[in-house]
Amino acid sequence: MLKLLLSRLATAVPSIVGVVVVTFMLTRLLPGDPAAYFAGLAASPQAIAEIRTKLGLDKSLPEQFVGYIVDLAHGNLGNSLSTGQPVVTEIATRLPASAELTLFALILAVGIAIPLGVLAAVKQGTWIDHLCRIVTTAGVSLPVFFTGLLFAYVFYYLLQWAPAPSGRLDVFLSPPTHITGFYLIDSALTGNMEVFWGALRQLALPAISMAIFSLAPLARMTRGSMLSVLGSDFIRTARASGLAPGTVVFTYAFRNAVLPVITVLGMVFSFLLGANVLVETVFAWPGIGLYAVNALITSDYAPVQGFVLTMAVLYVALNLAIDLLYGLVDPRVRLDS
Amino acid sequence: MKRRTFFKGTAVGAAAAAAPAIWSEAKAQARNETLLIVGESPPNSMDIHGVGANRPAYEVSWNTHDRLMTYGVKKDANGNDHYDYTKLEPELATEWDLKPNSVTFKLRRDAKFHDGTPITAKDVKWSFDRAVTVGGFPTFQMKAGSLEKPEQFVVVDDNTFRVDFVRDDKLTMPDLAVPVPVIMNSELCKKNATATDPWAMEWCKNNHASGGAYKVERWQPGQEVVYARNDDWKNGPMPKIRRVIMRIIPSAGNRRALLERGDADLSFDLPSKDFSELKSSPKLTVIGTPIENAMMYLGMNVNQKPFDNVKVRQAVAYAVPYQQIMDAVLFGQAIPLFGGADNKFKGVYWPQKDGYKTDIAKAKALMAEAGYPQGFETTLSFDLGLASTNEPLTILVQESLAQIGIKATINKIPGANWRGELLKKNMPMITNAFGGWLNYPEYFFFWCYHGQNAVFNTMGYKNPAMDALIDKARFTTGPEYEAAVKGFIDMAFEEVPRVPIYQPLLNVAMQKNVTGYRYWFHRQLDYRQLVKG
Repeated sequence: MLKLLLSRLATAVPSIVGVVVVTFMLTRLLPGDPAAYFAGLAASPQAIAEIRTKLGLDKSLPEQFVGYIVDLAHGNLGNSLSTGQPVVTEIATRLPASAELTLFALILAVGIAIPLGVLAAVKQGTWIDHLCRIVTTAGVSLPVFFTGLLFAYVFYYLLQWAPAPSGRLDVFLSPPTHITGFYLIDSALTGNMEVFWGALRQLALPAISMAIFSLAPLARMTRGSMLSVLGSDFIRTARASGLAPGTVVFTYAFRNAVLPVITVLGMVFSFLLGANVLVETVFAWPGIGLYAVNALITSDYAPVQGFVLTMAVLYVALNLAIDLLYGLVDPRVRLDS
Repeated sequence: MKRRTFFKGTAVGAAAAAAPAIWSEAKAQARNETLLIVGESPPNSMDIHGVGANRPAYEVSWNTHDRLMTYGVKKDANGNDHYDYTKLEPELATEWDLKPNSVTFKLRRDAKFHDGTPITAKDVKWSFDRAVTVGGFPTFQMKAGSLEKPEQFVVVDDNTFRVDFVRDDKLTMPDLAVPVPVIMNSELCKKNATATDPWAMEWCKNNHASGGAYKVERWQPGQEVVYARNDDWKNGPMPKIRRVIMRIIPSAGNRRALLERGDADLSFDLPSKDFSELKSSPKLTVIGTPIENAMMYLGMNVNQKPFDNVKVRQAVAYAVPYQQIMDAVLFGQAIPLFGGADNKFKGVYWPQKDGYKTDIAKAKALMAEAGYPQGFETTLSFDLGLASTNEPLTILVQESLAQIGIKATINKIPGANWRGELLKKNMPMITNAFGGWLNYPEYFFFWCYHGQNAVFNTMGYKNPAMDALIDKARFTTGPEYEAAVKGFIDMAFEEVPRVPIYQPLLNVAMQKNVTGYRYWFHRQLDYRQLVKG
């Protein structure tokens, strides 16, 4: 098992190296001059040249690259110019915000999509099947930023049910003691219920808008996969043998149908991590996507590189986890195959 | 649905909706004593001298530090508070003695930094030495007032500080009250300096060595800054507001929603259209102040054909659809700089109206005179970072120019690249804005029309006669000064390398219970004068 894990990780090394080289080159090749941008309003050519030297941008590309690699080896991703902070700290504080939102949305989506998909497959052609179709069509056709804006308008501005879309916590609450960086978990662990409810209320709208978008592929895939399994010989046999319908559907059919659902789940998760920049913008969510986009707008190299690298590592880890999960769900799947 | 269950449902819904307002007593109390500002861009440093410190960082610095002097206050045309650039008032310095070659400041005796250390003349010297030494923007701004080298700053004794002048420059005194020459806690900074970083630039980025009216209580980069009032502050009247929270809300629509719902107290960062709509809102106060010494303009590159021809430039100036821009792009939220009586100087102030107005027939005639009766093709570039005004504006200009045969292709340049493109000075035609801190016409002209060819002389305009007048105006006073200003303004209107369009407004929207707002030349918010309740 450990050997498998290591060999699996080894195959990820070339892609990570590729990502490092490509992001470095891309950020340098893009038009835009960070020195001119950061020199301020009243900059003279000398002032800009001074800043260029300070940022090390006057060195040749290979020199800059070597410097970057050396820093990377020391766990240093550089400093962000637009927030003035080390990229590592920034990512470490922002990743939990994005992860909390994404995971919460995903749990919501899974909680709705899988039962819906299973029911739609079992009761094919009934109202619940139609409901599934409507929900999934609506889900894929409503972009996240649109549902986000609509929700903020209706539930905050008009109805006042939701709190102000102003980030992870109400302005007058202080963040809980840092344990995991997930406000829900941290506040629950420290028994700070006011913050827990505050965080949950802030989380609700963005998470629901993301969940609506991501439940569509999950429900469709569950339904399709369940249908094909339910139509197969061993289910017919199971039914003929007089097994209870519940046992047939859950123990036999669902376990066999769940593999493609996990694949889609992995894809949806990685997609959400990247796509939640839109939700983050709408709800002022201090996540990693918002950070990366702001950095791109200001040609701030270090955070962009750090972001892409972090995402690459996350994807590798995610794919690995999903591969391992396959093995657990279905012993027929072999990792080395 | 049954009537009874429906009513039950709505009652529960209403209770749930009302719950947060009565959440906790302490919170409601905190709410009343706190000012919540929502903004678009976060500060990137706690140190105004830092590399690339941005405008929100100036705001942090302004409210957390003292300067030797500050500016007085006057009422503007609408009866709102407006800083007065003609009046310098005490801040850390209680009095000063201005002589031809130097100025001597007496410092307040009981003023202390946030850590309790007394503020003395050596701190002032250290801070000014830092500003003129570290390079980049602070050094440049100091230079604008002929504050150039550490030898100029002299500690006479603990409470007496002298600045020696290198030349007679009327901007020296005003330049000592701008955001750059802040007074920092030199001992604290030195403790955190290193051999390679003698000015503690690295440490000051995230830490505070200040003594101003507010202390930074919490800074979450990119998210929020929380300030608490410094109750031991001696360098001015005690501010009324105990806590200030500046939170970043990236979506403009949500900033407006927060204001309208009464959840936020104040915001600068809204589109013109929102401000013009909010003006009629009974719940909010909107104050629009013309930004001093600032102008939105259409610039033409005088070093390229066909804009090297003054007749072509004048033709363009007669083809700009001024009124349409005012109505459709700005919703009236600006001061027109066109349609004056003539193309002549109207007084020692800037910007001022020129004599151009939309007159297609005249523009066509000028094009013919210039030898381009059929027109020509060119590109019109703008900064995508300010697209909400620039995009509709350039489209209107494009349409109008087509009527005199100029086919302009619009070239959108991403915000991050804009400065770099300006530096190259090869764009034929651009729309851009510039504003100077110090409200003197020659200050604007020094940046924008002078042959030193600073980045803001985006047209690459070089004219020795113009340079002579600008240089003369910088170092003279009285009738001679006025003649020089008249000279360069007339010349700028006649030669028209940049077509003035409008003077932008600095708009701010706030709750009705927030008062005391004061316009400052640096266009950042001063928390110290605000009152809530």
